[in-house]
Formats: sequence, structure tokens, C-alpha cells
Amino acid sequence: MVSFRKFGVMRKLLIISIALVLLLACTKKPDPVSEPKSEDKGFMLMFDNYVNSDKLIYDKYYLNENKDSFKVSAFKYYISNISLKSDDGHNYIEEESYHLIDNGKDSSKIISLKGVKAGSYIQVQFLIGVDSARNVSGAQTGALDPNNAMFWDWNTGYIMAKIEGYSPQASKYPNNLALHIAGFKHPNSVLRWVTLSLPTVKYAENQKVTVHIKTNLAEWFRTPNLIKFSDLSIVASEGKEAQKIADNYADMFSIDHID
Amino acid sequence: MIRKISIIFILSSIAFAQSCKPDPDMDVKAEAPLAFNVPQGWPTPSYNYSNNPVNKAGFELGRKLFYDTKLSKDNTISCGSCHQQFSGFAQIDHPVSHGINDLVGNRNSPPLFNLNWHTSFMWDGGINHIENQPIAPIQNPIEMDETMANVVTKLQADATYRSMFKAAFGDETVNSQRIAKAFVQFMGMIVSSNAKYDKYKRGEAGGAFTQQELDGYNVYKQNCATCHAEPLFTDFSFRNNGLPPTSVNDSGRAHITLSAADLYKFKMPSLRNLKYTWPYMHDGRFNTIDQVLNHYASGIMQSPTLDTKLSGGIALTDQQKEDLKAFLNTLNDEEFVKNTMFQEVK
Repeated sequence: MVSFRKFGVMRKLLIISIALVLLLACTKKPDPVSEPKSEDKGFMLMFDNYVNSDKLIYDKYYLNENKDSFKVSAFKYYISNISLKSDDGHNYIEEESYHLIDNGKDSSKIISLKGVKAGSYIQVQFLIGVDSARNVSGAQTGALDPNNAMFWDWNTGYIMAKIEGYSPQASKYPNNLALHIAGFKHPNSVLRWVTLSLPTVKYAENQKVTVHIKTNLAEWFRTPNLIKFSDLSIVASEGKEAQKIADNYADMFSIDHID
Repeated sequence: MIRKISIIFILSSIAFAQSCKPDPDMDVKAEAPLAFNVPQGWPTPSYNYSNNPVNKAGFELGRKLFYDTKLSKDNTISCGSCHQQFSGFAQIDHPVSHGINDLVGNRNSPPLFNLNWHTSFMWDGGINHIENQPIAPIQNPIEMDETMANVVTKLQADATYRSMFKAAFGDETVNSQRIAKAFVQFMGMIVSSNAKYDKYKRGEAGGAFTQQELDGYNVYKQNCATCHAEPLFTDFSFRNNGLPPTSVNDSGRAHITLSAADLYKFKMPSLRNLKYTWPYMHDGRFNTIDQVLNHYASGIMQSPTLDTKLSGGIALTDQQKEDLKAFLNTLNDEEFVKNTMFQEVK
């Protein structure tokens, strides 16, 4: 009985080995020249960070709406739950849609949407921040790894958007700006939906389309709540001040161009 | 559901063990299947391992992490420094524990057991999921003062850890999520359910209550059971129990919710294992159960957020106090504090 069983196991092992050899033979690395790179085609969203009409450059001085001078050393924000609306009503919803846009990391500014079907797309929608579900689901990884310095360990939840920098007008020593905008629960939620209309984008699956989205950091300090750095330069908890900034940055995105 | 999963796990392990005569190297997986079991009569836990299946390798990795001082900035403090098994994984005789460089905080190190039933963590409930708990003391500047990113780097550089991550998760990748999940495979398995009280409830040998214990049980039911609800002896709510604020003026739950209605509220602690876990209260201000009972009898401070059930205090006769203490003594689980499974492997 034992030997028969052993024979069975041996035979199974043999079959698996043969299958493995065949599989390895079949999965030879594709020729890099003949196979187009994934970046050469597909539906992309590209985020370009600006302060009004100037590209955001770290450590360069800008003026906010109140004419306070400031410079930026970190600008990061989460984009999640991306969807596209087409003119014939079939919509695209990105799976596992969590992205951290980090101004210091160019590769983070391009989002390649997988599995977009051919069609004419008229609208893009996303959430600024990480939806509440992922704030209450335990340890995450990838864009949601707490090691991305966008996570509060003492009051579980993601920092949805963050600016760090410096302003001579900032009243608190040593004049730093540290705006950590967080909160996913009512009434302190800073999650904001963004809906942007597209000039109709005709997309075929072997084509490359890049929707360039302009992110204007100056909006954080403009409307509806004028921010003076002498009054507000540090946000390190949920609440009214974080809400003010979130209401401001809700309209910081616009479609710049499509290519 | 959990029991079903464990049964399937055990059955499949048996099936695996019988399907072939494995060589000795293969034996590790088949031996001693580890399962999370819900004790008889207990409610459904909040955490059920559905996204983090318990296995021996994961448990052992979690235990090693728990006792490893490498997780602190200067390699001197482990989780086990302030959560000691003989003290019910609290720290006996320490109102507050010593962190890195002997820094001290404001709150008493809470005991660790039956954590999978908890709906939030920390005295203020700031942490909403057990997998998010370990990172907080690791990164707290007065506790272990390390970054999770550095912890990942340190563990990745260690061949023993790499092989343990492979055994637990299938490959050698070390990341913060795997660290968290391994931690919970250990911490969540720390269940205390074999006190005399439990044996009494299950009708097991060694569970016969004396008359005084029965009388004490009644005192408990009439005066304590609403908040310290059976069988976990906490309802996990946040309440202000009338402790006069100290110079620390710890706002408690309000620190998290920013709501004045939550001022001076703290998470309800369990009454299990009190023998091992003194001192008591969020700041460890009371060393004895008598002091606690005296507080409820005559020490309550009136305030807008005081729990309504405590506005008149809880006055017990001396006899009732003695009876209650006899009952509380039946909640001490000697098997749990001596369970070798939870001990540091040296």
C-alpha cells in the first residue's frame, strides 16, 4: 500500500516536473525590441504640479493669495477611486485604485490605467485622499504603506494631502509650513470628490492617450478660505482647519491638455 | 465561522499528513496545526484572520518580533519590555513604563489578551484595527522611537528573519504589512479563557464556586456588569469614571474625536487577570483593588462627561467588597500567564 502510494507521488512529481520544464520553455523573456513597452500605449493620467502658472519647483519662493512668501519642500497627495465616463454610458472603474502623487518622485505622477476599453471618454472622476474603507482595514502595502510618511499611527488614518515648506510669515518658530490634511470620518472628513470634464477623448486599445491634469497648489490658500500663514502654518490634527484647506484644494485640479 | 475554518484547517492538515509519507523537512507544516478558536459561549471576534491565515511560522515570526529589541531605535526596548507575560502582558508595579532613554509617558501599559475582540486600541481608542497597533509604540518617540522603514531595513538584513518571512508568507519579502500581520498572528492568539470563572461557566472540573464567590458574582452583576460585560469583562466603550484629572490633564478619548463630550473618557479595561496587571486605571494611579473600590464608593468627581451610572457612586458594604474581590479572583487565569507558547524563545 505504502509503496503504491509512493509510486503515485513519484508519478505526480514527474508530471509536475515535465510541466514546469515546458512552462519555463514557453515563458522565455519577450524580445525587448519587438514588444512595445507598456508606456508606449494605454490610457494615462499625468499630474503636473503648479503654483498658478509656474511649475512647482522645491525651494523656489512663491506668493500665496495673501502675498505671503513661501517655498515648498514636500508636496504629496493621494488620488483614489479613479473612473472614466464614456459617451455611450459604459464606464471604466480602476481596480485597486490607490495612488500617491509625490512631487519629489516623477514616476509617481503618471498613472497608467489598466484595462480601459476602446471608446470616447468624456469625464474623469477621482477622490482626493484614501477612501474610508481603507482607513479601517488594517495594514496595507504599496501606495498605502505607512512608510510613505502619509499615515498617522496614533489616530489611525491616512494623511490625504500634505505640504511642507517654509514661510517667513509663518508665526510659529522656526517658520515652517506643515499642513498635514487628514480625517476620513464625519464630521472631520477631508475626502473630496473631483469630477473633470474631458474634451472627448477617442481611445483605441493599442493607442497611447495621456490626459494631463494640472494641480495648482496655490488653490490650497485661495478660495473659499483665504489662508494667511501668520494665522495658519501648521495643521497636525483633524478638524476645522483641515476642513478649510480641503475645501480649498477640492478645486485644485484642471485638465491641461491631452496628447 | 471561525470554528468552521479551524476545522477545515485541521482536517486538511490531517489529510495532508496522511496523503504521503513526508520526508523530515516537510514535516514542519503538517505538525501541530495552529488555529484560532473562539472559546465556548464567547461572541464573534472583531478580527478573524480571514485576510491573514494563522500558521505556525507566522505565529513564531510574530513572537520573535514581539520580543526583539531590534524594533527600537537603539536596540534596547522590545514590546515585551512593557508587556510582560507574568503580568498579563502589562507591566506590574509601573504606573507608566519606561521607554527609550528611560523616557516615560502618561499612560499605563495595558495588558494584552483577547485582543481579537477589541474594536479599538489604546486607552483613547485612537487605533482602529489590530494590524495598525504595533506601529504606534514602535514609532512613538518616548517608547521605541524607531521608524517602521528602519525596522524593515534591519529585518531585511537579517538572514534568520528572511527565512522566517519566507516560511510565513511564501517569500523573503519584508514589508510593514507582513510585519503587522505576523504580529497579529502572535498577539491575537494570546487568549485568556481558562480562569476559574471560565471553568465554572463551562461546568468543568475546578470550576465550582464557593458561596463567597457566588455572592461576589451577584455583587458584580448588580454593580459592575454593564460596563465590564461578560464574558470579556469589558464592553469596549469609552467612559469617564470620575477620576480627578492630574496635572497631566489627559483628555482621553477627546484627544482623538476632538469632541468636548468625550473629555476624560477612556477605554473600558477588562476585569480579567487583575491579580497580575496592577497598578490600575489609565494612569496606573491605584495599586490595589481596595483603592479602586474606594474610588467608586467615595472618590468620584462630578463633571459634565461623568458616566451617568456613576453619578451617585457605587457604595458597597465591607462584606460586599470582600465577596466581590473573591469573585474577581476567579478571573485570574494562571494557565494564560504561564503558557509556554507565549514565552520568548531564547
